[in-house]
Amino acid sequence: MPTILAFPILILLAILQSSLISRITLLQGSADLLLLFLIAWASQDRVKNAWFWAVLGGTVMSFLSGLPFVVLILSYLAIVLGVRLVIKSIWQVPILMMLIGTTLGTILLLGVQFLVRVISGVPLPFGESLSLVILPSILLNLLFSIPVYTLVTDLANWLFPTEKDAS
Amino acid sequence: MKNKLPRYFQTAVFVLVVGGILILAISGYLNPAIQAASNPLISAQNWISSRYQAIYEFFTVPRDVASLREQIAALEAENNLLKTKNIELEQSLKEVNILSQLVGFARNRPENQYVAASVIGRDPSPFLHYIIINQGSDNGLRYGMPVVTQQGLVGRIDAVIGGAARVQLITDPGATVNISLQNAGADGVLTGSLTGDINLEMVTQDVNLQPGDLVLTSGLGGAYPQDILIGQVITVRRLETDLFQTASIQPVVDFSNLQAVLVIKNYTPIDIPPLFPGHTP
Repeated sequence: MPTILAFPILILLAILQSSLISRITLLQGSADLLLLFLIAWASQDRVKNAWFWAVLGGTVMSFLSGLPFVVLILSYLAIVLGVRLVIKSIWQVPILMMLIGTTLGTILLLGVQFLVRVISGVPLPFGESLSLVILPSILLNLLFSIPVYTLVTDLANWLFPTEKDAS
Repeated sequence: MKNKLPRYFQTAVFVLVVGGILILAISGYLNPAIQAASNPLISAQNWISSRYQAIYEFFTVPRDVASLREQIAALEAENNLLKTKNIELEQSLKEVNILSQLVGFARNRPENQYVAASVIGRDPSPFLHYIIINQGSDNGLRYGMPVVTQQGLVGRIDAVIGGAARVQLITDPGATVNISLQNAGADGVLTGSLTGDINLEMVTQDVNLQPGDLVLTSGLGGAYPQDILIGQVITVRRLETDLFQTASIQPVVDFSNLQAVLVIKNYTPIDIPPLFPGHTP
């Protein structure tokens, strides 16, 4: 059931990202709804197969984006696996994990995109990329992170009820 | 003494007295007396009437307020409905205006075949200035086709599927367009940037570049048709030590608010492999 739900949820998020969230910009930066969803999803202890959601989300977004196909898939997968690793072995406070994961995840995702474009021959100045795209995007993602985390927690509780929730 | 006067005499006197009073009243001689007599009556009537009105209002006005409130609520609801309809109509009018401008543009250039498309999304990556349109290969769109609006050049199709296509805008940092300057009669290259500004490069120092000069596609390289308006020169940067002068261009198209575009369907772009990766004019 949760695996089947991944398809409509991630497609809906990709549509929202492309048609709405990408238009809400701060300087040249914008929030990444799918990144926030995947970090919040991976932060949930009860969630299984978070990697599958990352691969599927990356695939859907790759259809919309002009970036090379595997870039977003690998980036989302790396972020989700990182969050899973940290949340299981080191950190047990999901909300802090959400905020730190959002910051580091945004830097990783946009850093990879910057490098891919530079390697493909597009002249992007690093200073402008950092100040006009990466930092504003981090701020926007942090603003959206708490509401997304709350919604995703409710979704995870609904899809993976524990015995305590059921009673 | 009693009843000594005949009865008809009494009647005559009564008629005379009443008639005299009436004549006096009609002729106005009794007005002061009538006024003096009626004032207390009017005052009394006023007092009674005002008390009655107060008592009547005490019982009836609360009911009226309730009904008025109901009426206000109904009118407010109607007002909101009309406002919503007005907004919808304004939106429709805006769309009609855009479409009619596109139709007008297409009529002015009968040599081209156009496919109109709506902008339905943007690239999720902030490093890419791409848009997604709602027409694809099912409507005859192919890779590389130029995309314009009634104002000027927008970009070219970068990827296409059955029902949608992705368009690389000329503001994308990886986009380059070969241009010609209408007034100066020279060629150059236009490049996009991260901020969405477009810059003119590769204009030799001997060209007299002036703010206000019109920038058009030159058609060189075969990526875009000739003579599509792009924008105007706003500032010129000329250094004696440089080989070329550069300039900032004000595009005629408002890229932040693109809603509908036209794809030039009958133009086959020539795909020449670039000398340097990423520079594909």
